[in-house]
Amino acid sequence: MFRFILRRLLQMVLAFFGTTLIVYALMFAGQGDPIQALAGERPVTAAQRAYLTEKYHLDATGVGGFFYRYFDYLKNLLRGDLGQSLTGRQIGDILAAAWPVTVKLALIAMAVTVVFGVTAGVIAGIRRAGVFDNSTLVLTLLVLGIPTIVLAPLAQYFLGVKWQLFPPTAGAEPDLYALLLPGIVLGSLSLATALRLTRTSVAENLRADYVRTARSKGLVKRRIVSVHVLRNSLIPVVTFLGVELGNLMSGAIITEGVFNIPGVGFNLFRGIRTEDGPLVVGIVSVLVVVYLVSNLVVDVLYAVLDPRIRYE
Amino acid sequence: MRVRRLAAWTALPLAVTLGLAACGSGGSGGKSDPNAAVRIEIAEPQHLVPTNTNETSGSQVLAALFSPLVDYDEANKPHEVAAESVTSSDNKVWTIKLKPGYTFHNGEKVTADNYLDAWNYGAYAPNGQNSSYFFEKIAGYEDLQGEKPKAKTLTGLKKVDDLTFTVTLSAPYVDFKSMLGYTAFYPLPKAAFSAPGVLAEGYEQAPIGQGPFKMKGSWQHDAKVEVEKYDAFPGQQPKVRGVEFRIYQQMTAAYADVLSDNLDVIKEIPTENLSTAATDLGDRFRQSPASSLQVLAFPTFQKEFSKPEVRKAISMAIDRDEITKSIFKGSQQPARSFVSPVVAGYREDTIGAAGEFDPAKAKAMYEAAGGPKKIELSYNGDGGHKDWIDATCNQLKANLGVECVGTAEPKFADLLTKLKQKQPVGMFRMGWVMDYPSMENYLGPLYSTNGSSNYYGYSNPEFDKLLAEGASAPTQDEAIKKYQAAEDLLAEDMPVIPLRYGQNNFGHSTKVKNVEVDLFDRVDLLKIEAVK
Repeated sequence: MFRFILRRLLQMVLAFFGTTLIVYALMFAGQGDPIQALAGERPVTAAQRAYLTEKYHLDATGVGGFFYRYFDYLKNLLRGDLGQSLTGRQIGDILAAAWPVTVKLALIAMAVTVVFGVTAGVIAGIRRAGVFDNSTLVLTLLVLGIPTIVLAPLAQYFLGVKWQLFPPTAGAEPDLYALLLPGIVLGSLSLATALRLTRTSVAENLRADYVRTARSKGLVKRRIVSVHVLRNSLIPVVTFLGVELGNLMSGAIITEGVFNIPGVGFNLFRGIRTEDGPLVVGIVSVLVVVYLVSNLVVDVLYAVLDPRIRYE
Repeated sequence: MRVRRLAAWTALPLAVTLGLAACGSGGSGGKSDPNAAVRIEIAEPQHLVPTNTNETSGSQVLAALFSPLVDYDEANKPHEVAAESVTSSDNKVWTIKLKPGYTFHNGEKVTADNYLDAWNYGAYAPNGQNSSYFFEKIAGYEDLQGEKPKAKTLTGLKKVDDLTFTVTLSAPYVDFKSMLGYTAFYPLPKAAFSAPGVLAEGYEQAPIGQGPFKMKGSWQHDAKVEVEKYDAFPGQQPKVRGVEFRIYQQMTAAYADVLSDNLDVIKEIPTENLSTAATDLGDRFRQSPASSLQVLAFPTFQKEFSKPEVRKAISMAIDRDEITKSIFKGSQQPARSFVSPVVAGYREDTIGAAGEFDPAKAKAMYEAAGGPKKIELSYNGDGGHKDWIDATCNQLKANLGVECVGTAEPKFADLLTKLKQKQPVGMFRMGWVMDYPSMENYLGPLYSTNGSSNYYGYSNPEFDKLLAEGASAPTQDEAIKKYQAAEDLLAEDMPVIPLRYGQNNFGHSTKVKNVEVDLFDRVDLLKIEAVK
């Protein structure tokens, strides 16, 4: 186990540098004129242009310039310095302010997914083809069919503005209640997927030989489901949830924008819009780490859930 | 004050219900509550240093913290606020006398030095200030440019006594007094500098000004900036205790908050909500004139567009009224002049016959002049311009019998890059928002040979001469005459086709009244009142 984790950590280092290189290259290639993008439609004075060009080495272009800037970035990154955004703020500070609120939001969404998605999935799996199963099937299809970009404003309008059940936006220092609606919206998509995944997995396992054996041994149904079926059924669900945690943290661009939550997605969106290369690369680098770690955790969890899986 | 980026976005095809009470102060019922704070929407400011702030969100916050030397009256003429007088006998050497009694929020007295320090800091190129070009008319500006400037201070700025200083311009400029109302000309306290000419670290996080409000805490990035009344302010006192500038990334979120009274003022109602704003907000949905002007420009350096007759014929083939009515639903107004109605010297219909929709005449003229068979209209795809560009194209197709395509560039910056390299992009859209209320600001930067935003390659020595004469005219009225003569030359040459004037479409909650948005897209903080 220890050797497995160590090997994975070493692989993570490679993966991290590989992805940052790609992201940096994409940002570099896609960059038109960041100085002009920052200024919008107003002309940029020569002095201002010279100042920013020098500060961010924007004059280093071409392949040589790319590697010069990339290694410069890496050097600072290894020293723990994420650099400055084009508006002169420390990206480390931006992230430090943005992460807690995004993590909170992601955890609420995750909790919603696990509590409602997995529970409903188990029930639907046990009572396959029943009323509950069929109605959740329709509901989840509906949710899966509506993209967040539609769902979020609709939820905000009806639940926040019209019926005033929730505050319409969360703001900077939101309480749990204010984050509930965005959390549900954010979690609804993964909730639907988790529900379908659990349902299929449970239904399948219920027909497995070991369940038949357990049943014929006279075990109570509750024990069969909660100990044997659930444990085996959760493997694909855990895989999904692990990947989803990374998604929830980075994929909140729309939700955070609609509910005005200044988290990571909110800053990423601004960075992309204003072609703020350092900010985008900084955020994405951290997101890469989040993905890598959550994937590692998922792999370790496999071994816990399924004794047949051994990492040597 | 504004960002032209915002200008590009405000010009969205809007769908506003017509026939609104535009000017009444909505929600006038209810008593004023001087102890309440109001909440106003802004975007995350880029900077909060006066000489580095050139977008609306930052300048809205600074307008609370600072009091300008001059402000503008109903007719958009400047009048003194923090200045006692701004005078000049020759429009070249200006004497600025400050009103006594002003103090910074840290207790420092405001003196002439505070202005000189701030302006010198702003003009010094290595400081990289966004608004440094505002000082380019002051003598000695050139010496502060380049990587290693020759001087650190402007030779044109001289202190006379504690409350008086003179500004010598490198050439006479009649509208200098109008310029002084801009954000870049605020003073900075001694506390803002850690050494002469070096801005103190952290000043921007809690700027100290001499205005009606002072900071309450520091700038909470991406969240809010809070200010509270500064009791020692000698000028006109605000009618609220404080203001919370709440930062939004998306206007739709701000709009939802205004609907549920969670936010008091939204300065720009998002496009998608404009069609329902009148029913949602009633008389709390308001409109006021804005300074923006939308045009279609010609690359006059290209052969097919080099003849004024071709350009005029295209203008005559566009039905402006129809487009503003059917696509913008009255949220913008048709334009037939090169300057906006919000500045002194504006005249209606200066483009004359070229502004009249006359397809038959247009076609005859177009064919006689040998206009191109195919027209391309370039625009930035991120600003919601597609609808009106397509509508314009359809009109040109129908009325001139030409092929017409709209070409989207991802961002306005991409379009500008292509124009600078003189790549053939065809006709292209441009928007302009004024820096300060003056006719010159709509003419000089856009059409003079060396104008900073002259992307059309337009050059007319006669025009340049008239502008220079206007700037050095002894009085504003005489200057306006020269500028109007210059505008007439533009009408003959038509380097661009004026299409529409902008409007502010704003809204407020039931908790405030007397909400006014000025020409610079700022809420008037001295007028706004909270309702009990």
